[in-house]
Amino acid sequence: MSKNINVALIGNPNTGKSSVFNHLTGLNQKTGNYPGITVEKKQGVCRLPRGVKARILDLPGTYSLNASSVDENVVVELLLNKKDKDFPDVAVVVSDVENLKRNLLLFTQIKDLNIPTILVINMSDRMRRKGIRIDTHKMELLLHAKVVLVSARKNVGIDVLKEHISAYKTISTKACLDIKRIDQEYFGSLERTFPNQSLYKLWLVITQDVNFAKIERKRMEAEDANHLRSSSFLKRLQQKETIKRYQFINSVLKDCYVKDSSKATDLRGRLDQILTHKFWGFVIFFVVLLSIFQALYDWSSVPMDFIDTSFVQLSDWAKTSIPSWMAPNLIAEGIIPGLGGIVIFVPQIAMLFLFISILEETGYMSRVVFIMDRVMRRFGLSGKSVIPLISGTACAIPAIMATRNIENWKERLVTILVTPFTTCSARLPVYLILISLIIPDERILGANLQGLVLMVFYMLGFAMALLAAFVLHKIMPQNQTSYFVIEMPNYRIPLLKNVLLTIVEKTKSFVLEAGKVILAISILLWALASNGPGETFKNAPREVAKSVAVSDAKYDQKLNAYKLEHSYLGIIGKGIEPAIRPLGYDWKIGIAIVSSFAAREVFVGTLATIYNVGEDKDETIKKRMAAETYADGTPVFTLASGLSLMVFYAFAMQCMSTLAIVRKETNSWRWPAIQLVVMTAVAYLGALVTFQYFSL
Amino acid sequence: MHLTLADLEVGEAATIDSFDIEQLPMKLIEMGCLPGNEVRLLHLAPNKDPLYLNISGSHLAIRRETATCIHIRKEDE
Repeated sequence: MSKNINVALIGNPNTGKSSVFNHLTGLNQKTGNYPGITVEKKQGVCRLPRGVKARILDLPGTYSLNASSVDENVVVELLLNKKDKDFPDVAVVVSDVENLKRNLLLFTQIKDLNIPTILVINMSDRMRRKGIRIDTHKMELLLHAKVVLVSARKNVGIDVLKEHISAYKTISTKACLDIKRIDQEYFGSLERTFPNQSLYKLWLVITQDVNFAKIERKRMEAEDANHLRSSSFLKRLQQKETIKRYQFINSVLKDCYVKDSSKATDLRGRLDQILTHKFWGFVIFFVVLLSIFQALYDWSSVPMDFIDTSFVQLSDWAKTSIPSWMAPNLIAEGIIPGLGGIVIFVPQIAMLFLFISILEETGYMSRVVFIMDRVMRRFGLSGKSVIPLISGTACAIPAIMATRNIENWKERLVTILVTPFTTCSARLPVYLILISLIIPDERILGANLQGLVLMVFYMLGFAMALLAAFVLHKIMPQNQTSYFVIEMPNYRIPLLKNVLLTIVEKTKSFVLEAGKVILAISILLWALASNGPGETFKNAPREVAKSVAVSDAKYDQKLNAYKLEHSYLGIIGKGIEPAIRPLGYDWKIGIAIVSSFAAREVFVGTLATIYNVGEDKDETIKKRMAAETYADGTPVFTLASGLSLMVFYAFAMQCMSTLAIVRKETNSWRWPAIQLVVMTAVAYLGALVTFQYFSL
Repeated sequence: MHLTLADLEVGEAATIDSFDIEQLPMKLIEMGCLPGNEVRLLHLAPNKDPLYLNISGSHLAIRRETATCIHIRKEDE
């Protein structure tokens, strides 16, 4: 039996590396995380000619082996450590035909590690339009590597690539650059101290801050610390190294690469002129956003309603049809609604990623980052934070997942932490019912007052997110210099296959990862709501039967309300009443707040249960809420308490799905915990001030 | 007085002269920002920051603070 070949797919961002990966592996791919960090690890299997199998590892996009982000560290770490189980037998470096010179820099670095290397020149379908001709045969001789012209878009060259991979043993491992030429003295002495070792590898160990290099550096230090010089000395050598590499690349390209610029069309220039325009750039961006949100609301409501009703029906069915030994209540009231709470987000997540991946694939996203960077920087964010913040108005979960392309960890973390302040769609049902209850249906200056209040709350969310970002920016230490260098890629028509695979992958990762936590908390809340201490809870049917006949239609509703009041959840609600009285809430609202920790929209449903009216009858709940009074006859829902409640929902972190995804993205419970505590505190104070102010 | 990248007008080209290596990310150098290479300012974002450049064939954007660290000489000087 032949051994599987380990293939590492390496390349600069925007070279179509993932298209090549998708072509090689099809749906035979899985995504995980590298241990301890949040970098995605994409792996797949490719069948090669003659029954050989290749394990393809799609490494994060990197510009060079001088790593400057967590993603890039992964690449260096793997390529230095020959003992790693993923260490490649052959490296496939993917390059873009139009940026070949720059892409070859990384190629020469990989070659210098003496790994057999295949150069893929992707997007070869654009060559004619751009007036480019390449003599691949000559290039192979000059680079001592295999060179394949590939068009992932037109599915050209993939088979040749597979042939080369299976014949990797015949590829030369000769280096491109004699590294001693950078600095004879330094590298000569390095070679004398550590003979028989690859000089370039030693050089990377000295200069790179990845774990493997740190360990190796300690070993070197023990032998001879002479070579670990100041960082500015090393950086100067790195610059010299880069110059030498470009000299080599230029000498290669001179002989085998011709570009006739007169044939090139300047679509990029013309599109950039409009899309990055001081005025029109913003107008277009605004229109694009507006269309996306219209689509998100309009297109997702049908599947979401469908999911909602299906799970309610499933739950009803389970309650009556599942035999009692299988705990039908746990299944019908805990597990099924819990699963429903996960699946309900799928349409919005899938759709948001549809749009985001289209924006990214076309290259438009980089232009948005470009025009928004200055504005966002004032708040300690980056141009790249715009999309997550705005996506947050649909749902914070996909929005937080969309922060992954912010390289600077601090900017990314701040974006993750403040995104839940934006008004997500789950707050909408809460706002709508409270507004209709406490704000008169009047017009001022021709505008609907209720609509205005709703808009104010959306703006409040954005303002709070920016304010929080500003504060975090000031108090968090800057642990790495924030350099902002972004590539402005060519405009391209998105590949359907890439878009679809992105949607599948993101949705799957949400359902599997966040889903576990959501399910667990749903079951916990169910258990708290359907169990209670002592005799009172157990005797609920008898107690209720005292006031309402068992045959009465209202009996079930009364029983549910009674049970909830005496359940653990009810006791918690009563327990927190002293704390929430200053905000204008009674214990019933307290229960609704506690139970809507799981998901905000549960608020309305819980109140319906407590006030024992049937669900799905907004009018009835509204009337019932309006009639609710304290013992002394004053109404519970007033302008003051209603606004206070809305402010609470605007700021509080009441969404376990968000906490779960933050945990996943930051790989620690620390940040979701901070988020929960701080946002709850802000919500409490905000609600307190609001209630006290409006009660005056 | 030394001209820097930040002094370029939109559409103008120049040659990179020198820079303080401490102030620049390695990534920028590797993308072709090296002495002797040609650079052209393509577009400016509002408030003239960031700058959208073509450096030796690479299209990229950098912030103004970085651009002021890169000294240039204009073709006609």
